[in-house]
Amino acid sequence: MSNQTPVIELRNVDKSFGPIDVLHEISLKVNAGEVLCLLGDNGAGKSTLIKTLAGVHSPTRGQILLDGKPMRFSRPKDAQEKGIATVHQFGGTFPLMTIGRSFFAGVEPTKGIWPFKVFDRSKANQIAVKAVQDFGITRIDDGDRLVGGLSGGERQSLAIARAVHFGARVLILDEPTAALGVKQAAHVLRIVNEAKRRGLAVIFITHQVMHAMAVGDHFAVLIRGAIAADFRKGEKSREEITDLMAGGETMSDLEAQIEGYMETHDGHPPQVASQSDA
Amino acid sequence: MSRPTARHGVGLSVFQRRPEVTGGLIGLVVVYAFFAYLGGSVFMQAPGWSSFLSVAAEVGIIALPVGLLMIAGELDISVGAILPAASLTTAVISGHYDLPTYMGIAGGLAVGVIVGYVNGLLVSRTKIPSLIITVGTMFGTMGLTLGLTIMIAGSTGVFMTPDPISKALLGQFIGGMFRVTMVWWVLFIVVVFYILHISPWGNWIFAVGGDPESARNAGIPTRRVTVGLYMLSGFAAAFVGVSQVITFQSAQVAAGQSFIFNSIMCVVIGGVLLTGGAGSVIGIVIGTLTFSIVNQGIFFSGLDPNYGSIIIGVLLLAAVLSNDTFRNIALRYGSKKS
Repeated sequence: MSNQTPVIELRNVDKSFGPIDVLHEISLKVNAGEVLCLLGDNGAGKSTLIKTLAGVHSPTRGQILLDGKPMRFSRPKDAQEKGIATVHQFGGTFPLMTIGRSFFAGVEPTKGIWPFKVFDRSKANQIAVKAVQDFGITRIDDGDRLVGGLSGGERQSLAIARAVHFGARVLILDEPTAALGVKQAAHVLRIVNEAKRRGLAVIFITHQVMHAMAVGDHFAVLIRGAIAADFRKGEKSREEITDLMAGGETMSDLEAQIEGYMETHDGHPPQVASQSDA
Repeated sequence: MSRPTARHGVGLSVFQRRPEVTGGLIGLVVVYAFFAYLGGSVFMQAPGWSSFLSVAAEVGIIALPVGLLMIAGELDISVGAILPAASLTTAVISGHYDLPTYMGIAGGLAVGVIVGYVNGLLVSRTKIPSLIITVGTMFGTMGLTLGLTIMIAGSTGVFMTPDPISKALLGQFIGGMFRVTMVWWVLFIVVVFYILHISPWGNWIFAVGGDPESARNAGIPTRRVTVGLYMLSGFAAAFVGVSQVITFQSAQVAAGQSFIFNSIMCVVIGGVLLTGGAGSVIGIVIGTLTFSIVNQGIFFSGLDPNYGSIIIGVLLLAAVLSNDTFRNIALRYGSKKS
């Protein structure tokens, strides 16, 4: 494990916006077929870190290495071309477009010759449906359905399948389970495992410890822009991780509160009703 | 488009996939029947058709690109100023300066494309809502048109005599009654239909309107899409302006204001989502016809013409309300099986 070159690595990355330091000395490694869970409370710098990885921001200091080679992304597109794909909380898909159309947004398959190029709808639908079904979402069988009619979990799955189909090697999942119910979240976690099985390097951002523990190989806790803890699977218990996320100090009051919450909600936030569950 | 897949056949699914078109068609038939009943045979024969088709052709040519913009999530108010600016430019070049008509036409169309380009640039480079930007460029264009026309020609109306070819192409009355603009409208419909529903660019337009951030992340050149669409709507408005000056041989500074709201109305009656991301060319065409039938039918009906506005207002609200319902049906479509 140790002599493998990580697919993506951060070395002492700092990011400041003017006088405000948001990230300090972030060092991380993700190998192929491994899930790194990035845990942190709101405002811990998770989104800035994602954006730095995705090429939206470039680091103030430090290096990003891809396959051991230093990289510099000036635009999100640069990162995408290197195979770094980000999937956002709501899947980043278009509610009123069909599955086939949104799957191929920006890279439409065409037939015919210029300037009479025709969007190849049946091909788009066929590929999109197959890609999603390969991830185990067999309920999606018609590429003409509107994305808005899918459940939250299915939308996430569609977005992940899309990223993988277009050659992603590093998959950044930004709180994919945050807005989902228990069943839907389980769905997404299965998809994460499938992506891992296919040898992708996955960076899974969440503040739900249970979800992280279900898929993670490697964990990093982010507090106020710095890595407060970095450990591998099985090295820390759920309680310890929750404590870390809450600020590092063991606040028994807060812990009791969290425990109470977890107890009543099965370790999840309140369920959000989704349309197609009806 | 409502092309059925092998799996679902034609039947109900087409109407479920494109519910706004179904609703629009019902509205169109009802409105036509209403005015046919009130207006009698005159409205149902050539005079009636020529009157509402003339209106439909002019507003329709502008409504198509305005509809594309709305699908992409933007508005264009400046069409109301581009139209007279283009007709005055044509009239000043070919009438006041007496240059060949084709130069006047080229000049008029160029004005539209340039204003469209400025709109697109401002909308895509700033975060200011396009409504405000295009209101601004509308006033700017209006002021420039007025100022320059008075400076050059000394009055707010300019006359010109187009050459016969231009007159035949842009200002002819076919059969003495049907304006040639209708043929151009059909051409615009074909082109815009191709752009939106057949070419891959249509997908970009839907994506930009659905979620601009994701569209950009997906690698769609969102700025170019926006700029291109504004240039198209500028061109279309200028085209109508030029065809007006060729037809009527005079241009007025004040013309064109009615096209601002009328074009938006046609698009919304046609089921385009105000917030962007959904709509169809067939819908826009149906909306345009419905609007024009009410707009002209009122003169044949014997009703007080002022009531026409009430009918259009009611239609607009009914269209928006029913489109919401239809859209929910479309979203639910397919999720009930399994």
